[in-house]
Amino acid sequence: MSDTLSKIEKRTAYILILPAVFLVFSIILFPIFANVWISFKEVGLKDIRIPEPRAKKIVKTIKDSPDQLKVIYKLRNSSLILEIRDVKFQDKLPKNIKPINLDERCRVISNKIYCEFGNWEAKYKENFQILLMSSDGKPINKKEIKTIKPKLTGKSDNILLNTNFTLKNFKKVFFQNEFFDLLSTTFYYTFFGTIGSIVFGILTAQLVNQKFFGRTFMRSVLLFPYVGPVVALAYTWELLLDPYSGTLNNLLMNFQVIQEPLNLLGQKYLTINFFGFDLKLRLALTTVIIFEIWRYFPLAFLFILARLQAVPKELYEAAEVDGAGPLQKFINITLPQITAVISILFMIRFIWNFNKFEDIFLLTGGASGTRTLPINVYEQGFTISDIGMGSAVSIVIVALLLIFMFVYFKLIGKRADEN
Amino acid sequence: MKTKSLIYYALISSIFLFSLVSIWKILVTLQGVELKNFNFALIITLGIAISLLNLLIGEKLNYLIKSTFFALIFTIVDGYIVQLMPIWYNIGIFAILIFFSLKINKYNQKYLASEHSSQIVVFDFLTLFGIVLFSFVILFPFYMMLITSFKTQAALLINPLDFSINFNQDFKELFKSYFVIFDTYKFGRYILISTFVSVGTVIVTLLFAIPAAYAVARLNFFGKNFLSTSILIIYMFPAIVLVIPLYTVFSQLGLRNSVGGLLIVYTATTLPVAIYMLQGYFRSIPKELEEAAIMDKLNWFGIIIKIILPLSIPAISSVALYVFMIAWNEFLFSLMFLDNPNSFTLSRAIQYLSGDAETPRQYLMAGSVVVTIPVLLIFVYFEKYLVSGLTAGSVKG
Repeated sequence: MSDTLSKIEKRTAYILILPAVFLVFSIILFPIFANVWISFKEVGLKDIRIPEPRAKKIVKTIKDSPDQLKVIYKLRNSSLILEIRDVKFQDKLPKNIKPINLDERCRVISNKIYCEFGNWEAKYKENFQILLMSSDGKPINKKEIKTIKPKLTGKSDNILLNTNFTLKNFKKVFFQNEFFDLLSTTFYYTFFGTIGSIVFGILTAQLVNQKFFGRTFMRSVLLFPYVGPVVALAYTWELLLDPYSGTLNNLLMNFQVIQEPLNLLGQKYLTINFFGFDLKLRLALTTVIIFEIWRYFPLAFLFILARLQAVPKELYEAAEVDGAGPLQKFINITLPQITAVISILFMIRFIWNFNKFEDIFLLTGGASGTRTLPINVYEQGFTISDIGMGSAVSIVIVALLLIFMFVYFKLIGKRADEN
Repeated sequence: MKTKSLIYYALISSIFLFSLVSIWKILVTLQGVELKNFNFALIITLGIAISLLNLLIGEKLNYLIKSTFFALIFTIVDGYIVQLMPIWYNIGIFAILIFFSLKINKYNQKYLASEHSSQIVVFDFLTLFGIVLFSFVILFPFYMMLITSFKTQAALLINPLDFSINFNQDFKELFKSYFVIFDTYKFGRYILISTFVSVGTVIVTLLFAIPAAYAVARLNFFGKNFLSTSILIIYMFPAIVLVIPLYTVFSQLGLRNSVGGLLIVYTATTLPVAIYMLQGYFRSIPKELEEAAIMDKLNWFGIIIKIILPLSIPAISSVALYVFMIAWNEFLFSLMFLDNPNSFTLSRAIQYLSGDAETPRQYLMAGSVVVTIPVLLIFVYFEKYLVSGLTAGSVKG
């Protein structure tokens, strides 16, 4: 009895999870594996269009004979590189209309024209003509002929499905792509973005954890950058930071903080004279990191605030009795209570920042020293139009991510053991 | 009274005063008033003087009279001796000083003599400073977005610091950018598409996620643990590594430039979060209710509809809002999949608009306001649900 029950339970469970699992599998897991396949191929953006036989139908009247019409089909192979085999053509004719002097590749079966055009090589073009005549001598309705669309079919190779593999993409990724520059930029961006958002998260959480007028309002406001659409925020920042008509530069110049406008998003290095030493600051990258911190510290803020509110008040009261000041309370009570949440936040934010694409893409497009790995995927795939290379870079990202996640789950497992 | 506490108190309070006054000055400058410097030395000196006076006078005077007195001195010195400004600037300064005097009112000689007083003073002022600074830094871009959408390109180029709005002009003139983006750039259509995609994603995600979350939370089956771990892992995987294969497959299937294709992708990417959040909630529902239902011979469908759903309305609405916001804000997939202006979402439309260097910036900002306002409204209105949802989606720690 219980055996059948558990069987039913199992079956029910599978039915319940199947749709979700199927969808996630096909849209998330399948592409990750597909990336591996594509990364070993030489595929450009233009190759992924499946070649199609196409026909444009043009109808022309013939002078002095209203019962006849000339139909021209402009035939072509849509692909510039692949051939199409066994092209078949089919078009319908209205009643009482027959073709005359039909091309020998075609035949008529019950008011339909069937043609077999054989193989079309790449870039194939042909103007194919049919002369139509009405069998009852009435004039042919030109519009009626024109509205009927011909159907074409053909077979072709799909470049993605053949089994020619090459290591070229990976060679290019590692040796011709300024790989170490890319990697170091990505790590800079990820590391400082993560640290910055956590530091500001701690500061703001500590702030909002106190009682003051307008506290709930403050909490909402602090989350605005996180919930706002990235497109709107990035463009607003771009306007704000514009070197010539941007508000920030004009304000700084107005109050004589700087003499020359700074191109915060377009300048790779800024040389700062610091006690006689020339320091080179990566300006655009720093700006992008600041945007990143501005946008994502709210997440850290939320997590840390939730944790802070769970800290028992007695701890602080006891510390006060022992004569501890605010700083000692923060160091000895607050910090130890939030280290766990900070370590988790660090990993989550690190992984997410590592994959951030939209923010940099919208602010700088990857120019002036802000090219990270995700930006490079887009550039390779869609700017240089090399799908294979784009996939190879994606594979590098996935590999690094798996390493991070391994570390992450190790840490979580360790913490679970300790508890 | 400790000297250390005294110095800390005087310095940090005057720096706080300086930052308040400076933010006010920046806001004033943005109304087109010519104001060239922050007068750092003067304001710090005045600030220190006021803080010290406050200690000297102490509680001998009523605090309201004291505050008014300080504010008046400061306003007169700053406004009429140093620079001539419109009267509303002085009123603002006066208000800031009243606020500042009320804040420092609680410090007296006895207070500063107590233990840790220097630390407490620093912490108090850092808190105030933080509140003011963070509010300013966060709200400023939103403020700029809104104001720019009401200006004209020419006015912005002549004086980029003039953010004042002329309310005397015609209603149609004031909202010109909005009329233009709706008439010329078809933003009405994009709002519809964005709404359709987002609401569609919410519905489909919930349809898929509720049964799956229920199974993960309640039923025993082979591979359950594997499934719940992989949900977490998949949640971590970024959209950017999915883009190229999805692009190729969708192009070949003719799903690009279709709202349906976008809906499928959004659903798949939000499903893991949705399942994770929902199963956490379902676990907290007492099992006895379902056991009773099994006695009544309800099948799983009946259990979900009659017991689980009514009990988890808060969790489901929080997931729904969360998914809606993700879908509404999404940009990467809409950039990849949509090339045809007839099927753009709002985010993609704004990006397309900015691609043309000729597009006046006020149109861009008007578009940004249009895409931002719905999310912010939803967020402010339903904040309670969303915040709990955001933290519930995490690992507890």
